[in-house]
Amino acid sequence: MVKLTFIQPDGASQTVEVEAGLTVMEAAKLNDVAGIEAECGGACACATCHVYIEPGWVEKTGKPADIEEDMLDFAFDVRKESRLSCQIKVTTDLDGLTMRVPAKQF
Amino acid sequence: MALDDAGQNVTTGATEFDAVVIGAGPVGLFAVFELGLVDVKTCVIDILGKPGGQCSELYPEKPIYDIPALPSVTGQELTDRLMEQIKPFGAEFVFGERVDELQRREDGRFDLKTDAGRTIVTKVVVIAAGGGSFTPKRPPLDGIEAYEGASVFYAVRRMEDLRGKDVLIVGGGDSALDWTLNLAPIANSLTLLHRRDEFRGAPHSVEKMRALVAEGKIRLLIGQMTKVHGDNGVLEAVTVKTADGEERVVANAMLPFFGLTMKLGPVATWGLNLNENLILVDTEKFETSEKGIFAIGDINWYPGKLKLILSGFHEAALMAQQAHKYVHPNKKLLFQYTTSSSSLQKKLGVK
Repeated sequence: MVKLTFIQPDGASQTVEVEAGLTVMEAAKLNDVAGIEAECGGACACATCHVYIEPGWVEKTGKPADIEEDMLDFAFDVRKESRLSCQIKVTTDLDGLTMRVPAKQF
Repeated sequence: MALDDAGQNVTTGATEFDAVVIGAGPVGLFAVFELGLVDVKTCVIDILGKPGGQCSELYPEKPIYDIPALPSVTGQELTDRLMEQIKPFGAEFVFGERVDELQRREDGRFDLKTDAGRTIVTKVVVIAAGGGSFTPKRPPLDGIEAYEGASVFYAVRRMEDLRGKDVLIVGGGDSALDWTLNLAPIANSLTLLHRRDEFRGAPHSVEKMRALVAEGKIRLLIGQMTKVHGDNGVLEAVTVKTADGEERVVANAMLPFFGLTMKLGPVATWGLNLNENLILVDTEKFETSEKGIFAIGDINWYPGKLKLILSGFHEAALMAQQAHKYVHPNKKLLFQYTTSSSSLQKKLGVK
């Protein structure tokens, strides 16, 4: 199992344990993490599963692909460490990954 | 409000139908088929400019793996095949319009009115609106609602309204680029704001835009909006966060292009029983709390509901049985198979 931590805008933190192979978005939805909407169900078509990757993890999660960058244009308050969580696969390498949930998903 | 890409209608101008299907996604399209088999003449209305709904708007090129007998099919291909399958029934299509009003008439039929002022009379209404109407995304800036329609526009109805204005266009896709090119000659000043110096839009539009920037005719700013300033719906400026800090951009007209999202929209005001923004139906006829109004596909709810295209197809078939009773109250409906029934084959044009 892989541990993932989501920090809400108010500072509240929630750590979930999921199996490798899921996407981070699926992990969030399965564990009812607030603020991850995933309107399109993981098709990289809506930008409502936006997260900020905590410093130190950006290298491990990698950079967004072109289609994800295009979709991030539609997200709110996009930063350098912005990712769409449906495009990050959970691997054992990501054990301990910490992310912040933005104030709004649009 | 119709969307920017409001489309090409295939209408005869008829105003009376047996059934109106609201939504041209896969389930709405298949409803035309099932209704056609039982002699119900249908008109389909969709806010988008083309058929397919989410399938063609959100994931035209992504494969779907759970359509029976089609191991893999893209959203666009599924739409194209459904359009081919329903062709024999000659349904009328109204694209680029949203149904705003629905009222029962004294004669038991319904009056429908679209946002373009079109009125249609129908015996049966089938709501197949999926996640709701596709609506332009509103930038999440506090108080922006107050400026909408006066200084903030999600589509351009009349270019003349923007003549002489200080226009701020936000976004990096084709809508943002096209309007930048179109409005540059008539605006007093024009700023194109995008979060990164790369554009999703057509390369030749990007080139033209960059040429205008080089000539000093427009300004390209890389950053994101954080605040709107103005009074009484009249926009004065927008605060933009850039790599170098914050900047106040003077603008009295803003065109944000952040794509589309789905909203239930006017359906919520039609007096139907809802469950968390979904329309409650029975599982025998998929009829709502109002006789003659059905809801099928992702927009309905019943115990055990699954938002699958194949479930919507099933719902369409059962809905059509009841719709037939309303449209042809004196005709007995004989259950038939398309494989063996010569009358069904005649309707399909295969005999």
